[in-house]
Amino acid sequence: MSEARNAILARIREARGRGPLSAETARQLEERVTAHRRNLVPRRAAALDRAGQVDLFVAMAEEVQTSVARVASAAAVPEAVARYLASENLPAELVMAPDPTLDAYPWNEWPMLAIRRAAAAAGDAVSLTPCLAAIAETGTLMLTSGPERPTTLNFLPDTHIVVLRAAQVVACYEDGWDLLRAAKAEGLPRTVNLITGPSRTGDIEQRIQLGAHGPRRLHIILVEEERVAGDGEAEEPGGHLGGR
Amino acid sequence: MQPTSHLFRENSRAELANGTLQAALGMAKTGFPLRRQAAVARLPEFEALREAGRAIKDHVLDNLDFYLERYERHVVAAGGQVHWARTAEEARDRIVEICRSVGAKTVAKGKSMVAEEIALNDHLEKNGIAPIETDLGEYIIQLRHEPPSHIIAPAMHLLKGQVADTFRAAHRDLDPARPLDEPRTLCDEAREVLRPRFLAADVGITGANFLVAETGSGIIVTNEGNGDLTQTLPRVHIVMTSIEKVVPTLEDAATLLRLLARSATGQEFSSYTTISTGPRRPGDRDGPEQYHVVLLDNGRSAMLGTEFQDMLRCIRCSACMNHCPVYAAIGGHAYGWVYPGPMGAVLTPTLIGLAEAGHLPNASTFCGRCESVCPVKIPLPKMMRHWREREFAQRLSPPVYRGGLRLWGWVARRPALYRAMTGITARAMGLVGGRRGRFRSLPLASGWSLVRDMPAPQGRTFHSLWAERQKRRPAP
Repeated sequence: MSEARNAILARIREARGRGPLSAETARQLEERVTAHRRNLVPRRAAALDRAGQVDLFVAMAEEVQTSVARVASAAAVPEAVARYLASENLPAELVMAPDPTLDAYPWNEWPMLAIRRAAAAAGDAVSLTPCLAAIAETGTLMLTSGPERPTTLNFLPDTHIVVLRAAQVVACYEDGWDLLRAAKAEGLPRTVNLITGPSRTGDIEQRIQLGAHGPRRLHIILVEEERVAGDGEAEEPGGHLGGR
Repeated sequence: MQPTSHLFRENSRAELANGTLQAALGMAKTGFPLRRQAAVARLPEFEALREAGRAIKDHVLDNLDFYLERYERHVVAAGGQVHWARTAEEARDRIVEICRSVGAKTVAKGKSMVAEEIALNDHLEKNGIAPIETDLGEYIIQLRHEPPSHIIAPAMHLLKGQVADTFRAAHRDLDPARPLDEPRTLCDEAREVLRPRFLAADVGITGANFLVAETGSGIIVTNEGNGDLTQTLPRVHIVMTSIEKVVPTLEDAATLLRLLARSATGQEFSSYTTISTGPRRPGDRDGPEQYHVVLLDNGRSAMLGTEFQDMLRCIRCSACMNHCPVYAAIGGHAYGWVYPGPMGAVLTPTLIGLAEAGHLPNASTFCGRCESVCPVKIPLPKMMRHWREREFAQRLSPPVYRGGLRLWGWVARRPALYRAMTGITARAMGLVGGRRGRFRSLPLASGWSLVRDMPAPQGRTFHSLWAERQKRRPAP
C-alpha cells in the first residue's frame, strides 16, 4: 500500500510543479500548525462578559431543545437531578460517569436515586456525565472520553443529564481547543463530543424529530456557585478537570 | 452503482412527470434555503468567514502533500493506521481486508458520500459482509435499493407513506396494527430496529467531514447520533474518507464548522460534532480497539493545478443543490450518479468521465445562486462552462448542437452582420408574433417550445436600445 501512498504524493507534487517541500517551507508550515493561530472569531460571545456568556449559552442551548436548570450550589445538584427525573416521569435510576469530579455532589442525601457508575449498556434509560466546557456561541457542550468518562453515556440512554459549572462556560470553540490542549500534554482524548441539543433528524419530509438514534432529551444542570461566591476571582474554566 | 448520467434528459423527463417526487421536492424547496438565510442573517461575520474558509482550503491544496503526511504521522502516533487508496477498487479491497481480519459479519455504517462513491455496500455484500446503513435516510434507501437523492438528506425524494410501506415490507416482526402514519412513529420504528444492530455490529464505518493534520483526528458532523454509536460500539472503527478533507489545525476546522451547518441545514451547529483520534486508550471502558483510515484519491489529485482545482474546496454542505432551480425541478436521481446538483455537475465528469456525464454541466441556467451561497466560494458556473468547452473540443456533443454553436460563433464574431441579422429577425418576429405577444412553437426549436412559450420581441434589439440609451445619457 505504500505504493499507493507514494503514487498519490508524487501526483500531488507533480501537479504543484515541484518535488517534496524544501526544509524551510516545511518549517514554516509546521510553525503554522503548532502556533494554533485563530482565524476570525465571531463577536457574538467574545464581546460579552462572563455572566453574559453564561446567559448566551443557556439561550442558545434552549433554542435547540436542551433544557437547563440553574442551581445555586453544588449541594443542590442531586436534588435537581431527582426533580428533573420526577418531572419527566422517569424512574429514579441512572448510570453515572465514574468521574471523581461528580463525587463533589452529596448523592447520599438522596438515597432514592439508584446510581450505577459505569459505561452505558443497552437498556439504560438515563445517564449523567460531567463536561469539560460549554461553548456560549452556539449552546454547545464539550465532553471528552477517558476511563472515567465513557462515550456510550452520551449516546445510548434516552435521557442525558450533564452537570456544568458556570465557570466552565467559554465564548467560542477556540477557547474549547485551548482547554483540550491544557488538559493533556500530548494529543487529544480518543473522543471529543461537541453536543448541541438532543439527537434529531429531518430525513422524513423535512420534519424535525428529536431522538433519532441518540438521546431524546438533553438536560443541563448549571451550577452557578462561582458567581454567588463573589470573591471576584472566577475559577479557571475547566479547572477541576485539568491536569489529567 | 452503474451511472445513468448519460440518460440525463430521459431521467429528467421522467422525474418531471413523477407526482410523488414532485410533492416531496415541493416540501424541500423552501425549507433549506429559508433556514440557511435566517442563520446567515444572525451571524454578521458570515461573509468574512466564507473568505476565511476559502483561504484555508486553498492553502491546504497548495501544500496537500505536507498536510496529508503530517496527518498520517499523528494518526499513527495515536495508535491508528492509514491506508492510502488510489482508486475505488483499492479502497474497497482494503476495507474488506480489515473486515476479514477481524472475522466481521456485519458492519454498521454512518452516512458517507465517499462510501457511496466507491459503491462500498455492494462490494461488502459480495464478500459475505452485511452492511447496515444507520442514518435514517440512508437506512430507508438501503431497504429500497435506491441511491441517495441528496448528499445530506438521502431520502428527500420520498413521502412518509412510501417510507411506511418500505418498513412494512422489510420489518418482518412489525405488528401490522402499529400505526406508521407520521414521521415520529417512523423514526421510532427505525430506532428500535437499528439499536440492536449497532450493538451487534463487528465493524463501524463512518466518513469524515474534516481531517486534522495537527492532531491526526477525524471530525464527523451529524444530527442523529448514529455516527457516534457507529464509531463507539463496534470493535473496529474505519474512517472512509478522501485526501482533500485535511485541514491544518482545530482552529481551521472551527472556521469551516461555522460555515458548514449554517450552509447545510441552517442550523447554528449540528447536534453532534465529534472529533475522534485513534482507538480506545488504556483504561477506557468503551470505544473501538482498532482505528483505521482509508484515504481515497480517486481522481482528486488529478484535479490539482487544473481549472477544476477549486472544486476540491467543497465541504459537501449541499447549499448549491438546495438553491438550484434545476435540482428543485428534477431531484437528485436524474443526475444518474452519486453527487447531484451543481457540485455534482462539476465533480461527476471528473470522477466518471465526460463521455458519461457530459449532460450534467449543461443542466444549468447559470443563474449563479449556487456560487453565491457556496460557503467556500467555489465558482461552480465557471467550472460548468469549462466542462462545456471541453465537451465541444472533444466532439462529445451531438452534431446539430455543434453545428449550431459553430454557426452562432461565426456570426457573433462579425458584429455588423450579427446586428443586421438580429435586427431583421427581431423585427420580423415582432410583426408575426405581435398580436399574441408570444409564440407557442418555434421552427427548429420544438424541443424548447414544447414546454414553454417564446415571448415575441417588441421589434427592437437589445443592442439598438442600449445604444440609444447611452446617447440619451447626459455626459458625466
